[in-house]
Amino acid sequence: MSGQELAFWLLAPVMVLGAVGMVLARKAVHSALCLAAVMICLAIQYAALDAPFLFAVQIIVYTGAILMLFLFVVMLVGVDSDDSFVETLRGQRVFAVVLGIGLVVLLVAGLGNAVVTGPVGLTEANAQYGGNVQGLAALVFVRWVWAFEATSALLITAAVGAMVLTHRERLVPRRDQRTRAAERIRAYAETGRHPGPMPTPGVFARHNAVDTPALLPDGSVAEDSVSAPLRSRSRIRTPEELLAPMAQRHAEIAGDRQPDPAVGHQRDPRPGESVAEQGAALKASQRTQRTRGEDLSDEERI
Amino acid sequence: MTPLEVVTPTAASGLFGLAWLLIALPLAGALVLLLAGRFADAWGHLLGTLMPIGSFVLGVVLFVDLLGREEGARAVGVPLYRFIETGGWRIDAGLLVDQLSILFVLLITGVGSLIHVYSIGYMAYDPRRRRFFAYLNLFVAAMLILVLADNYLVLFVGWEGVGLASYLLIGFWQHKPTAATAAKKAFVVNRVGDMGMVLAIMLMLATFGSSAFVDVDAGAGEMGGTVATVMGLLLLLGACGKSAQVPLQSWLLDAMEGPTPVSALIHAATMVTAGVYLVVRANAVFTHTEVASTAVVVVGTVTLLFGAWIGCAKDDIKKVLAGSTMSQIGYMLLAAGIGPAGYAFAIFHLLTHGFFKANMFLGAGSVMHAMDDDVEMRRYGALRRALPITFATFGLGYLAIIGFPFLSGYYSKDHIIEAAFEHNVVVGVLAMVGAGVTAFYMTRLMLMTFLGRRRWAEGVHPHEAPAVMTVPLVVLAAASVVGGLVLNNWIEGWLAPAVRAEAHEASLLHFTPVAAVTLLLVAGGVALAWVLFGRRGVPQTAPSTRSPFVLAGRRDLYGDAFNEAVFMRPGQQLVRVLGRADETLVGGGWSATGDVLAGLSQVGRRLQNGFVRSYALTMVAGVGMVAVVLVLGRLA
Amino acid sequence: MEPSYYLVLSAMLFTIGAVGFMVRRNAIVAFMCVELMLNACNLALVTFSHAWGLLDGQVASFFVMVVAAAEVVVGLAIIVSIYRTRRSASVDDANLLKF
Repeated sequence: MSGQELAFWLLAPVMVLGAVGMVLARKAVHSALCLAAVMICLAIQYAALDAPFLFAVQIIVYTGAILMLFLFVVMLVGVDSDDSFVETLRGQRVFAVVLGIGLVVLLVAGLGNAVVTGPVGLTEANAQYGGNVQGLAALVFVRWVWAFEATSALLITAAVGAMVLTHRERLVPRRDQRTRAAERIRAYAETGRHPGPMPTPGVFARHNAVDTPALLPDGSVAEDSVSAPLRSRSRIRTPEELLAPMAQRHAEIAGDRQPDPAVGHQRDPRPGESVAEQGAALKASQRTQRTRGEDLSDEERI
Repeated sequence: MTPLEVVTPTAASGLFGLAWLLIALPLAGALVLLLAGRFADAWGHLLGTLMPIGSFVLGVVLFVDLLGREEGARAVGVPLYRFIETGGWRIDAGLLVDQLSILFVLLITGVGSLIHVYSIGYMAYDPRRRRFFAYLNLFVAAMLILVLADNYLVLFVGWEGVGLASYLLIGFWQHKPTAATAAKKAFVVNRVGDMGMVLAIMLMLATFGSSAFVDVDAGAGEMGGTVATVMGLLLLLGACGKSAQVPLQSWLLDAMEGPTPVSALIHAATMVTAGVYLVVRANAVFTHTEVASTAVVVVGTVTLLFGAWIGCAKDDIKKVLAGSTMSQIGYMLLAAGIGPAGYAFAIFHLLTHGFFKANMFLGAGSVMHAMDDDVEMRRYGALRRALPITFATFGLGYLAIIGFPFLSGYYSKDHIIEAAFEHNVVVGVLAMVGAGVTAFYMTRLMLMTFLGRRRWAEGVHPHEAPAVMTVPLVVLAAASVVGGLVLNNWIEGWLAPAVRAEAHEASLLHFTPVAAVTLLLVAGGVALAWVLFGRRGVPQTAPSTRSPFVLAGRRDLYGDAFNEAVFMRPGQQLVRVLGRADETLVGGGWSATGDVLAGLSQVGRRLQNGFVRSYALTMVAGVGMVAVVLVLGRLA
Repeated sequence: MEPSYYLVLSAMLFTIGAVGFMVRRNAIVAFMCVELMLNACNLALVTFSHAWGLLDGQVASFFVMVVAAAEVVVGLAIIVSIYRTRRSASVDDANLLKF
């Protein structure tokens, strides 16, 4: 088994699996990573097919530049949520699969007949100018020089176009730190909103990650203590989860009764204090604070 | 038949090289006035008046030059440029200044200048005066092209040009629906005549290979009798359209909707006489066809009586004059149809008629000016005191037209009547009767307008027009008086070479029995009018009558009714049937196709659902189909 | 090694990309599918180049990459600007251009 064959049979299944994974992944990031895998494998296939220049370009341009651009945009727009896999167009998925099967059959039938002889190989062609890169250069800069120049115009146009498309006019004056501070104080004066920083995430014996919310004195979660994207993806640990081990310990120490998770997070009320009153006051202060996350003006979001 | 002597024009030299300026001056005036816009409002009428005066001066200079030449050298050709060059056809545009055309030039520019001057006063309060003068200049230019052309095709350019100017000027007060309709009517009726012209010119091109006067004259001897007859009849059709002769007479009476100077210039003095000019100019054709010549005589005679009849029945001063114009042009055409003996008389009468009819039309304009643009003669009366100058000049024109001895109409009309008697007694008698009727209706007009009791409408205060309007009246009245005396002995000899006629010895005191009878008839007509309208007085509203003659006259002898019944209604019916056929058969078929396609599209457009993924599905399906076809193609 | 294997691989990748484009709603993933299809084409081109012993296939592949780069730049810019105005990266949400 030659190196070429080895590379093919090793990598081809990986590529197909990667491609299928790209289509099926629920998260865009996973799709991008699958695609990266396919592309790197493809680069190696190029190398096996006597195309060292394309091998390099594939890795540098595609995997290095284009896919990073994809990841960057995914970060900008897509990380918030998973894609729903419920199909909204009637019959779309069925037809797509049927057509895909038909297409692959036709393509295989057509392409399978395209080359009837064995491969000539590029050894001779590469040797003509002293190497693959030199041979490509001879073609690109002599025979296809006009096309090459046209692509330069295309790239310039694309760059300018991307800038034009993503450029936004500033419609309101930029708010600097000073004005923000003034606004906070004004908000405190007018609505009583807390001017200080939001609460920090919770720190417990078992958890200190950013997705661990702080608990309020009544045992409920202070939602402002975790960042908004995590909140929106409902990745916040629940009080039950956080308090379950402690409740278990209490139960073990008590020894005579089973731990009751439903009441585990509830602290015994102190004498003379109403739990409901205390909780209501805290909830109110949370509400005023929660609105702070929304005062970011639109142009600062992305 | 003996071939006619062909007059070959001599080459232009000296001032004749500038003959094109005759046309260019008014044309330039029209262009400047039309293009300069409101900028020219202040001085436009002055420029517009100067242009024909300039042409007139140049025309006089050329005329004097011609007078000084010997007879054989009086036709001057001025080649301008090659008009059309296509395939084997070569048509040159050039001018021909000869004895005939120079007289027309003088008439057009002379009378035209006077009418321009008159219009300065008449149109003084019209906000669109500049445009009016632009159109008048355009008309003068086109009319000069018509008479100066050395080629029937170039003549046709002027022919259409005057038609356009006439259309624009009749409909000048386009805010009046009647004026707009009248303009359209004139245009449409003229198209019928123009069709005849076009066909005649095509026939000339086919027969002679050229439409130049020289070539037509030279080739006329060789063409067959039928061709000559057809050509002559087609030319006559053209002449009928332009000169408002029966059967294409109906537009002239309506054309009186235009401003009065227009009626004077276009519909009395110049344009309507173009038909006479055409027949005289095409004398080579008519000489060779007895049928066409006779047709000209018949048309002339019929129109002569027709116009006179209408003139008797109308109460609208301008329409009476229009009927009179038709009648007088009938005289001219009659003379032109008689042949070489009558050509000079036709032109003679044309000139004198140009003077006295323009004079009377302008006088009528002056009267209307005084009477707040009222044209109804039954609301005139006793204007001789209020409008003394108008009355005097109009009176001279009146005496001229009825043929009062030694005034211009006396000479020109008598010649025609005598020539008609020599040609055919019946025609002569009819022409003589026409003269009597003319005297009757013109006397009626005078009595109703200037004499009798005043029957003015409430709040009308007649006043004499300003000098700018009365001076042209005086000049034209003088021309009406002396025109006959001056021209009588001279014009026949002058025109003889141009129209290939032999000059008779003419005398100012020439008096024949025919003239005597004519005078008697005229006197009878005047007396009858006096009895009917002078002594009895005129009621303020037209009396109802059962007399079929009067009713027919009031309704233009049913010319419109005839056209309506014979051409318009069947034409409308045809169009309606064709239209319905088009709607149901052709249109229905196509709209059914369209409806079916539209229905299918309503279904098909649902595919355009806005989802990019559906489009991708469709594309992949398409790719699959193409691939299937390719694969099957390989297998086959 | 027979070129057919590569071609079959290329066909499979292309079809997976096409089906993915038809199935996925996320604009970015759909775009990735397009890239996958382009890459499949590139593989076919390089294979043909190898099979016939001519470098032109590789040149074509190179140009495809250049065009793909330009396309990605513009396409992603469009996605970003649509996301900014509509708060959505789903291709089904941008469906106003229809019957």
